[in-house]
Amino acid sequence: MSRVLVPCHVKSTVALQVGDMRTSQGRPGVLVVDVTFPNVAPFEEITFKNYYTAFLSIRVRHHTPLHTPSKWVTCLRDHCLMPDPHSEEGAQEYVSLFKHQMLCDMSRVLELRLILRQPSPLWLSFTVEELQIYQQGPKSPSLTFPKWLSHPVSNEQPAPRLEGLPDPSRVSSEVQQMWALTEMIRASHTSTRIGRFDVDGCYDLNLLSYT
Amino acid sequence: MLQEESDLSLIIAQIVQKLKGSNLYAQLERQAWACLQRPEIRLESLKEDIKEFFKASGWEKKLQNAVYSELNVYPLPSHPSAPPEHLKEPLVYMRKAQGSWEKRILKSLNSMCTELSIPLARKRPVGEQKELLNKWNEMGTDEPDLSLFRPVYAPKDFLEVLINLRNPNYENGDSLSFRTHLGLIQVPLKVKDIPELKECFVELGLNTGQLGIDDSTQVPPELFENEHVRIGQKVLVQQDSAAAQQYIRQGSPTALRAELWALILNISSQPEDVKLTASNDDYYFVFEDYLYQVLLCFSRDTSVLSHFAYNSASPPKSYIRGKLGLEEYAVFYPPNGVIPFHGFSMYVAPLCFLYHEPYKLYQIFREMYVRFFFRLHSISSHPSGIVSLCLLFETLLQTYLPQLFYHLREIGAQPLRISFKWMVRAFSGYLATDQLLLLWDRILGYNSLEILAVLAAAVFAFRAVNLMEVTSLAAAEAVLADLSTLKVMPLLQIFLFATVT
Repeated sequence: MSRVLVPCHVKSTVALQVGDMRTSQGRPGVLVVDVTFPNVAPFEEITFKNYYTAFLSIRVRHHTPLHTPSKWVTCLRDHCLMPDPHSEEGAQEYVSLFKHQMLCDMSRVLELRLILRQPSPLWLSFTVEELQIYQQGPKSPSLTFPKWLSHPVSNEQPAPRLEGLPDPSRVSSEVQQMWALTEMIRASHTSTRIGRFDVDGCYDLNLLSYT
Repeated sequence: MLQEESDLSLIIAQIVQKLKGSNLYAQLERQAWACLQRPEIRLESLKEDIKEFFKASGWEKKLQNAVYSELNVYPLPSHPSAPPEHLKEPLVYMRKAQGSWEKRILKSLNSMCTELSIPLARKRPVGEQKELLNKWNEMGTDEPDLSLFRPVYAPKDFLEVLINLRNPNYENGDSLSFRTHLGLIQVPLKVKDIPELKECFVELGLNTGQLGIDDSTQVPPELFENEHVRIGQKVLVQQDSAAAQQYIRQGSPTALRAELWALILNISSQPEDVKLTASNDDYYFVFEDYLYQVLLCFSRDTSVLSHFAYNSASPPKSYIRGKLGLEEYAVFYPPNGVIPFHGFSMYVAPLCFLYHEPYKLYQIFREMYVRFFFRLHSISSHPSGIVSLCLLFETLLQTYLPQLFYHLREIGAQPLRISFKWMVRAFSGYLATDQLLLLWDRILGYNSLEILAVLAAAVFAFRAVNLMEVTSLAAAEAVLADLSTLKVMPLLQIFLFATVT
């Protein structure tokens, strides 16, 4: 489940608007952000911080072999980031989108195009920030179990499945994942400092600090 | 693994982590060790037998209640990239506003200390300590001279801050357009409308029995009240928090209320090691003493600091012996991080009617504070936060009583200026106590403070005829000055379910 940051170049946003941008009164409701990769990358996850974008579509251009022209394909259509475009809900949330949510295969991505839409005229601007793309990282060695635990020998007679019970191999893999998560959290958990109000039994205080 | 499953695993891992540090975990461990002596526990099926034992002895229920409590109080684990401030409050401009407000309070407190030449804190001299211990149970009668002290802030100061709250990315144009908010609150938070509120508060509907309506003297108790009390007793026997929370949406019988609240808030019956040296003599208690005891201990209770993880506010810091900036000398002040405001004790006072043992009273108050009351005096975008409550009140009034709203606005009596003080104190001190407790039953039952805004709008609707005739803010205040005769449940029911829209 580990992931690796993919180096990419995020171009500045381009607004799509009808008419002359300089003289027009209205604000653009559609923005486009292009993301290019120096190397062809297998896409796993994209994370970003939303800033008042209501809907997100993503189009992708795949790497095609031998000079066949690659076309733009939509891999995410109108994903809703703000349930009500006129109100604050979801406006500044951190979002992750995974490859299983995409409509097409994402193993050889050349370029990504994010199409941001905000139909409400109430907001002065909108965008997405802290854009990061990840690919699947190498499997962490501490999580691998002995082969006989995770992959029972195929010529063993499987025990008769009782009715109504979930598939044992699926349950065991989920339990493994949960165990790994618990271990991860336990390892990274810094014990919160117990609030104290005195130092060595002394609590002479004169002023409160502003920082 | 699909996203939903991995989210669930993360929540489970977070709750496990939380509960591992708790008293309940230690107790469960002890119980597990102790039950090994029992004949029904066999080595070959150790895990299953211990689980069976926990189920039969009621410990599984206690664990279920603890998990349910965690799910109710703590927000879901946020995105891994989100910094801790984001969990306190996701909107950057609200965080900044809360920070400025806190700075103002600190400045006010500091200047008061310098003016009066009083240190913020010092160790009590030994003589004074002895005196305090002796007088512990009669503190109300021996007040120190507080005449020079001003309250740190009053609710109306806080209201001014909320009125000036602005989103820098929002179209706050001067010219009146469809986007102008006609009330005092100018931030576009999402609030529910009446159809959504009807769905949310479905148990308050006309076809469901309510305490506060269907237990009045004219209604024969066989119709609803007797059965409701019977179910309440059953819920208490089962000791199930989730069932209690669902049950209390229809109100709690007076005799069962103290236990039901303790069950819902997951308060253990063991007295904690609190500094309340409760003497067990029978004495005639005066609430004033209780208030002093509870609030004194509350201000020193450092376990309250943990709620700042999900509170947009932050505890003030100070440095011992003037060693400004040196981290080893940094402490929180007050020890629980909460600076009280004028009227703060009103959060405790109604609870004195329910709990007679000081330690239970204290635990209930502390849990009520870290679950609900803190949201009433910090700036956040949470649906139960005071900003959302104010906006919900104004929106309900404007949408469903537009003539009244317009009239009050025209005469310079913005409705929020009158209802703000009710909501900030959760109506404590304004309603009759029995009505207030019926209202707080629903706060616990729905785990939300939105009912306060709905009640405020319902009160205005009830007195609409008189209010249409006033011509000044002072006159409007006079019409709404006395709420002590109001019956809250009929008001809420009529406003939500019986008003023609």
